Amino acid sequence: MSILPRSSSTHFSMHHLTHLQRLEAESIHVMREVVAETENPVMLYSIGKDSSVMLHLARKAFHPAPLPFPLLHVDTTWKFREMYAMRDQVAREPGIELRVYRNPEAIELGINPFTHGSAVHTDVWKTQGLRRALDEFGFDAAFGGARRDEEKSRAKERIFSFRTAQHHWDPKNQRPELWNLYNARKHRGESFRVFPLSNWTELDVWQYIHLENIPIVSLYLAAERPVVERDGALIVVDDDRMPLAAGERPQLRRVRFRTLGCYPLTGAVESDADTLPAVIREMLLARTSERQGRLIDQDSASSMEKKKQEGYF
Amino acid sequence: MANDPDAIPFEVREYLEAQQRKRLLRFIACGSVDDGKSSLIGRLLYDAKTLFEDHLETLQRESRRAGSTGDALDFARLLDGLTAEREQGITIDVAYRFFATEKRKFIVADTPGHEQYTRNMVTGASTADAALILVDARKGLLTQTRRHSFIVSLLGIRDVALAINKMDLVDYSERRFAEIRDEYLEFARHIGIGNVACLPISAINGDNVVDRSARTAWYHGPTLLEYLESVEVDEDRMQRIPFRLPVQWVNRANADFRGFAGLIASGALRLGDPVRVGPAGTQSAVTRILDGDRDVPVAVAGQSVTVCLRDEVDVSRGDVLSHPDSPPAVADEFEATVVWMHEQPMLRGRSYVMKIATKTVAATVMPLKYKINVNTLERLAATRLEINEIGVCDLELDRSIAFDPYEENRTTGAFILIDRMTHQTVGAGMLRFALRRSQNVHWQALDVNKVARARLKGHEPCVLWFTGLSGAGKSTIANLLEKRLHARGQHTYLLDGDNVRHGLNKDLGFTDADRVENIRRVAEVAKLMVDAGLIVLVSFISPFSSERRMARALFADGEFLEVFVDTPLSVAEGRDVKGLYRKARQGQLRNFTGIDSPYEAPESPEIRVETTAVSAEEAAVVILGELERRGILAGA
Repeated sequence: MSILPRSSSTHFSMHHLTHLQRLEAESIHVMREVVAETENPVMLYSIGKDSSVMLHLARKAFHPAPLPFPLLHVDTTWKFREMYAMRDQVAREPGIELRVYRNPEAIELGINPFTHGSAVHTDVWKTQGLRRALDEFGFDAAFGGARRDEEKSRAKERIFSFRTAQHHWDPKNQRPELWNLYNARKHRGESFRVFPLSNWTELDVWQYIHLENIPIVSLYLAAERPVVERDGALIVVDDDRMPLAAGERPQLRRVRFRTLGCYPLTGAVESDADTLPAVIREMLLARTSERQGRLIDQDSASSMEKKKQEGYF
Repeated sequence: MANDPDAIPFEVREYLEAQQRKRLLRFIACGSVDDGKSSLIGRLLYDAKTLFEDHLETLQRESRRAGSTGDALDFARLLDGLTAEREQGITIDVAYRFFATEKRKFIVADTPGHEQYTRNMVTGASTADAALILVDARKGLLTQTRRHSFIVSLLGIRDVALAINKMDLVDYSERRFAEIRDEYLEFARHIGIGNVACLPISAINGDNVVDRSARTAWYHGPTLLEYLESVEVDEDRMQRIPFRLPVQWVNRANADFRGFAGLIASGALRLGDPVRVGPAGTQSAVTRILDGDRDVPVAVAGQSVTVCLRDEVDVSRGDVLSHPDSPPAVADEFEATVVWMHEQPMLRGRSYVMKIATKTVAATVMPLKYKINVNTLERLAATRLEINEIGVCDLELDRSIAFDPYEENRTTGAFILIDRMTHQTVGAGMLRFALRRSQNVHWQALDVNKVARARLKGHEPCVLWFTGLSGAGKSTIANLLEKRLHARGQHTYLLDGDNVRHGLNKDLGFTDADRVENIRRVAEVAKLMVDAGLIVLVSFISPFSSERRMARALFADGEFLEVFVDTPLSVAEGRDVKGLYRKARQGQLRNFTGIDSPYEAPESPEIRVETTAVSAEEAAVVILGELERRGILAGA
């Protein structure tokens, strides 16, 4: 049959795609489906490693055209300084339209993780902020970088995850998702959260960043940082808004982050891994999952499922 | 970022290079908790070091609190992600699990085993390269083993591993293993599963899971992990079959660039290859292949690419690129296997949105040939498909598409069905073959046609479709209107719901399925009468908007006029001319529209008559005026 590539100077027989090539192809396929089938998509950009991979894949998916959707950063004003620097750098790149949304209600009430606690802080800045942003801009599909290996309720979420007009997720009433046929039909006001990295693992993400030389913030690499210990978590004091207890003094420790969020809510791990290969090496030996560093997940076994039903990513 | 390659420790560099060769295998695990499925998956994850300490701690805490395994770890709790599942101790939905070994990365679709979750299993199987089916060595093949195997075979999975578990409880008996193996091989052959491997294992003790067991010295096949690391990845097979690229998106980056983006479903493509665009059949040749932002000389199944062609041919989303010497077939009528996924049953005659590869069309369900008892594989006569049922039916599309039988190509032969109103995914299916009648029976073109007949009549033919509740006044208004038309010398016919049910449709009752068929027949009859040049008045409750849409689709633009006889339920029930509402309220009449069966009001009818505001005579005059305004009748 002539359908197989005719061999020429190279002894071509079969192209074995690697697992990363297949994951990449699937993610790109998902992004193109969204652009073909929805009216006003947006890509959530959180500046973390998963967002960086997602952005890289989006550029590939639509090359040589510019991104056919804007990026949206739902800001809490409590991210690490280096994250803001990276975000502003991305925003200056050609072909990128980046919008920043800060929930005006959270600004007005001065919501912060210290006075109001992590639950209220996350709900008002992130969950409510995201919902308001999506409503105000009228986005009908939002890409998120969540992966199924992160957490149990995510393992059962669809790639095209339907949301009601009130942004609710109903885990028991999800649309069946077969082959790579995604159903993006909806009524006005309803929307989708779309997860192109659903089938990636944390290790895949790191390998891909290494392989494709994708820029990430250096917070993922070990360095001496000023640290205080709170409820067993290592919190890096990123600016002077962090209230310290009497006699509490930040210690310089060699730490890095496996996941990034609001700095007062993100635990660091002690590490000497100051290069990507060293990070990957550490990953291979790791015995705890990355979400362990997230203080917001530990309330109860079903806390993520509950937050997601309310509209959290 | 500091990334000096010389600083990379040797073993990591080696590791990363090995990663470049690592491949991906997706498989589905079928069986129930009783078969030890969760223990087996848990063990694979644990042995592959994919379970993290904090997951384990959570698991230990939860196993102690509510688990059913005493002190042992309850892996089922680890795998069941939703609160409802953990509370009820059951698996409801497909969960995807990930682990990797030195050789491969694996994605496991973990699906519930019970019959009421057939749709979940079908979902998990749709993306799997191989299937792992568990049986309990003590119990042997069960009904559910056969059901799982049938679904796996239906979804085109070619490689199946039958893990005969709990060998420890049958003293690692070779005889027992051989009994089950032989029975299964016979069954697998019968349902057309090509490659079967049977493995004696004990998930609890780890026999033949990762390490070869000394307790089964008589067994010389692979361990489960060896099997998973060597079984063929489906994409290799896809590369060997004819090239297909369903076009997803047209990239018009600038005035000079027009590329066709998509995921290559099968085969391979090289620069310079001639290509054919289906279903149109136009041809061109490949001038560029982009893999992301890189130009490449060749691309294969499984890659997302953007392809540029030499000529300015018309290509849009939904078209399929192929090689000219091995193109996909083109047809608009098919026999298909359908798996139903929604509480609302699949009804004959109903029209659904169909998505196949990147193409979206309208599909009407023609007579259901049979449904399949998934436990006994018996074929049963059926008029509808309920949730979790699998059946074979004909589908009629609103246009021709390029396709391949699913058996040959799992992308260009697979589809989902979407409800037009709710937008829910209600079914999934596989095209078996094109019906010969769509390829060989051509429409007989006649010399005397609709236009010629209408010319003699002095009006444009049309259908006035009166819809509304029982007792709304449809027939009264239609009757008055027909009298006026007749008096003006127009050629008319009135199809009345009650009257038609005495003859043409006397075999139909009032179930949803029969109502759909009732409307389908009447719509077809009305179409013949419009073709004959008549003004047809149809007076039918026709409660479902999807059927009215189906009826509308049979006619040319402007020929179908929906007349909504809008009477509130309380008013219609108050009139109750035929005493039907009273009977329905007393429970003597089932499926009565407005009482225990819904009426879906038209959103934008051509004509709306509010009977609480105008009399029947006035309504007839209004409709007459509308016919003049639309040019169907010459002005009086």
